[in-house]
Amino acid sequence: MDNKKIIIKMKPEVREKVIEICDSFGNNPGELINVLHQTQDFLGYLPAEVQELIAERLHMPTAKVYGVVSFYAFFTMTPKGKYPVSVCLGTACYVRGAEKILESFEKELGIKPGETDENGVFSLASLRCVGACGLAPVALVDGKVFGRLAPAMVKDIVKEYREME
Amino acid sequence: MDMIKLTIDNREVEVPKGTTILKAAQGMGIDIPTLCHFELNNLGVHNKPGGCRICVVEVAGRRNLAPACVTECMPDMVVRTNSMRVINARRTVLELILSDHPADCLQCAKNGNCELQDLAVRFGIRKNPFIGPEHEQSSYQLEVSPSIIRDMNKCVMCRRCETMCNDMQTVGALSAIERGFPAVVSTAFNQHLDHSPCTFCGQCVAVCPVGALTEVDHTGAVLRAIVDPKKTTVVQVAPAVRVAIGEEFGMEPGTIATGKLTAALKALGFDYVFDTDWSADLTIMEEGTELIGRLTKFLEGDKNVPLPILTSCCPAWVNFFEHQFPELRHLPSTAKSPQGMFGAIAKSYFAEKINCKREDMISVSVMPCLAKKYEVGRDELKVNGNPDVDYSISTRELARLIKMANIDFKSLPDAEFDSPLGESTGAAVIFGTTGGVIEAAVRTAYEIFTKKPLPKIDFEELRGLEGVRSATIDVDGLKLNIGIAHGLGNARKLLEDIKAGKSNFHAIEIMACPGGCIDGAGQPLHHGNADIIKARWEAIYRADREMPIRKSHENPSIQAIYKEYLGEPCGHKSHELLHTHYFDRQTTVEVDLNK
Repeated sequence: MDNKKIIIKMKPEVREKVIEICDSFGNNPGELINVLHQTQDFLGYLPAEVQELIAERLHMPTAKVYGVVSFYAFFTMTPKGKYPVSVCLGTACYVRGAEKILESFEKELGIKPGETDENGVFSLASLRCVGACGLAPVALVDGKVFGRLAPAMVKDIVKEYREME
Repeated sequence: MDMIKLTIDNREVEVPKGTTILKAAQGMGIDIPTLCHFELNNLGVHNKPGGCRICVVEVAGRRNLAPACVTECMPDMVVRTNSMRVINARRTVLELILSDHPADCLQCAKNGNCELQDLAVRFGIRKNPFIGPEHEQSSYQLEVSPSIIRDMNKCVMCRRCETMCNDMQTVGALSAIERGFPAVVSTAFNQHLDHSPCTFCGQCVAVCPVGALTEVDHTGAVLRAIVDPKKTTVVQVAPAVRVAIGEEFGMEPGTIATGKLTAALKALGFDYVFDTDWSADLTIMEEGTELIGRLTKFLEGDKNVPLPILTSCCPAWVNFFEHQFPELRHLPSTAKSPQGMFGAIAKSYFAEKINCKREDMISVSVMPCLAKKYEVGRDELKVNGNPDVDYSISTRELARLIKMANIDFKSLPDAEFDSPLGESTGAAVIFGTTGGVIEAAVRTAYEIFTKKPLPKIDFEELRGLEGVRSATIDVDGLKLNIGIAHGLGNARKLLEDIKAGKSNFHAIEIMACPGGCIDGAGQPLHHGNADIIKARWEAIYRADREMPIRKSHENPSIQAIYKEYLGEPCGHKSHELLHTHYFDRQTTVEVDLNK
């Protein structure tokens, strides 16, 4: 039965940083959501081994940590791609066809919202309003805003970033 | 105490401040239906998330309906528990719950014993506007572990299991995860129970109102073994089974049904009907000797001797310390559980005696427990891959077998256990409840240690249902400090003290289930009726008093096996057959995100 034991693989600097975040909240289980926020800010996502570590530091079951991570849409266990794509589905963008834009990205990248492609280049997400309603429909790629989008334009945008690789 | 006057269903009532509407109504004979609500007051179990909304009532002046289980009574409150508005709301809530629940009641393990089914009957639900092709239903993978089946399609999110796993047991295997339709109670990363800290105590199963959590059923395999002419079947029955199985046949809770139980097992066709009480006596010889050995060394000045000695009869408790306190695994007695000891002796000593090959013997145990199902699969309890106990079935499973075989349990004439593994003492039967193992050990250790007869056989100070208890026993001048915990959360408290060097106990008894085996997860379902557990508890001590011999070391058949076969307690042969070892299983979480 001893052989069932697994060593959790984590870079030492990641481990240190997560411990530092937990410590900064006094390792208080009531601060779980804040700890998760800061950890995701730092890592971009919340892999299983990081949740294990947070559970250990905050003296709570891993299942409870995972319960919170899986409850909130904001938290993700999937690492973001090098170029994260976010399509705005806010009201203004939505009425101007944002759903079609999202579909085009899905088709072009071969992934669904919340997923990252195999090579870790692109990830896809939807968000609510970036404050650029005048440019609706809008998408963000690696932080850059693309406005007045039409489904046909998606292919070229993706191509542009693919060529940078 | 501050009292509050209020009106419920046009009747005035006075209750202490802090009483919920549900409790106040119950006191007046008004039975407000509940589903998620669950309490075992004398055992400290409370699940009141106020989540299911079945118990809503109308409170005058309040805009929305109030959940009775979590709403406290207020002065001059006017409550209606059965207005049209309330009944309609309850029906809708029930229809919505049922709309996301498989309607396969006829094939469900909980058919006839399901609280949701009872509600559907009570409200006469005939059709459901929320069921149809346009309505979504959640769907999860069925999961089978050595003890527990998780069919989460049937989960109603009452979260009783989560309360037991986290608050009562502090195991932390289960949590609510996800949200909306995917919401369910599951493990970290939705992994298999085997890859979680689950101890298989099964308290989640014991409280599940529906068929989402049930036990792995071995009744078919046991029947096949019984009818196989090439197999010799040997069955053992745990102490707590005899004070509970009668309930399955309409007998009063607390009925001692040992004779009928034995007769039923014989009628089922087992070749040899034996008693785990016999091996409980054997356990005392081994564990008691181990306790005396460690104590003697300690008194001689050896400060490295592992103390306190912890009992090791309860397999869920063993799983718990292996997962959560592996650094203390040198403390528990190395004695196998009575089930384990019985299996080892049945397939060695007894098999030799009747000239039966190990492979031709099928050893079955009837246990109040689901963790025992896991225990029989442990590699240390096998010889060349052949387990000492082939199948462990619960009290409920045995009741099903008896019903299937057309045996009228209540009218069976009492029968006796077979010889030689059927003779037992009062010390053995009290293994079935919290405090019993240590009392049995003290009865024997006292007489062996002091070589004097016990002045008094009943150790009342070790009995009770409080979660953590302690007592100091005067062993002819030696003050023996004893700790007792039942429920793993209570066990954790004692273990934390040991870790912190704050424990002055010499011996600690731990049972995973609240109340001990009498409230094991394999027992007839009590549906939150704590009186049933109390009745079983009293029956255990009554059964002890009725035994002609009440000390394990006076069991003639135990004395005989040491003379004939085993030699000395804790001797070479005993170590080979009756002792085991424990593992560090702290980080067994295997993450397979492809599942």
